[in-house]
Amino acid sequence: MSVTLRVPSLLRPSLEGRIEIVAEGATVGEVLRSAAAAHPGFGPAVFEASGALRRFLNLFLGDEDVRYLQGLDTPVPDGAVLVILPAAAGGAAPPDGQNGGS
Amino acid sequence: MEFPAEIRRAMVAHAAFCLPDEACGLLAADAAGRLRMAYCLSNSTPSPTAFTLDPAEHFRALRHAEAQGWYLAGVFHSHPGGPAFPSATDVAQAYEPEWLYVVVGLQAPAAPEVRAFWIRDGVVAEEAVREVAGEAAEALR
Repeated sequence: MSVTLRVPSLLRPSLEGRIEIVAEGATVGEVLRSAAAAHPGFGPAVFEASGALRRFLNLFLGDEDVRYLQGLDTPVPDGAVLVILPAAAGGAAPPDGQNGGS
Repeated sequence: MEFPAEIRRAMVAHAAFCLPDEACGLLAADAAGRLRMAYCLSNSTPSPTAFTLDPAEHFRALRHAEAQGWYLAGVFHSHPGGPAFPSATDVAQAYEPEWLYVVVGLQAPAAPEVRAFWIRDGVVAEEAVREVAGEAAEALR
């Protein structure tokens, strides 16, 4: 399956500045791993050492959040568009494990 | 940067509506970089001291912005009891180097403060904003 993978600006340096690439795979995970094989900086940017997707990234296949499908095992149809979005979060509370704050 | 008055009003109104919790949303700009829309979105971790933009709403805002020929240019959130300045958490979780990070401070509720920042590699740089009456600005919820 050939899938268009669109990435946010934080991941573009790992794809030589590109906004989107075409990658191959039968599942979301395979598509990401295929992109990682072709672009060495991409894998560490999207995967934890455990192989799980980094927590601050959200993936949408079509209009669906893949977390509510089958996660990285979600099958991808040929010609699909997979969109990676950065989580947007924050707040006045201090980061985990730290005292004080703003 | 020019900041359309309607967008400022939308962010401040959303911040007031969401009290006592933090409010959040996204900003869209047109191809010329002019801010055109404040998407007032849900905080999926409602709290007076934290926000997480609802991912599905984020995705719908992206779709809407792109359908207009715009792009997502930034994120805003409120500090209900604090200053309009990024907290350590905000800085630690500012992943998009090309986004403008806007904070609405409601420390003095009668005089809300709105300030904008670039956050890159943990470094916060304020962007001077000038409020203008504008052609921008609708607010969606």
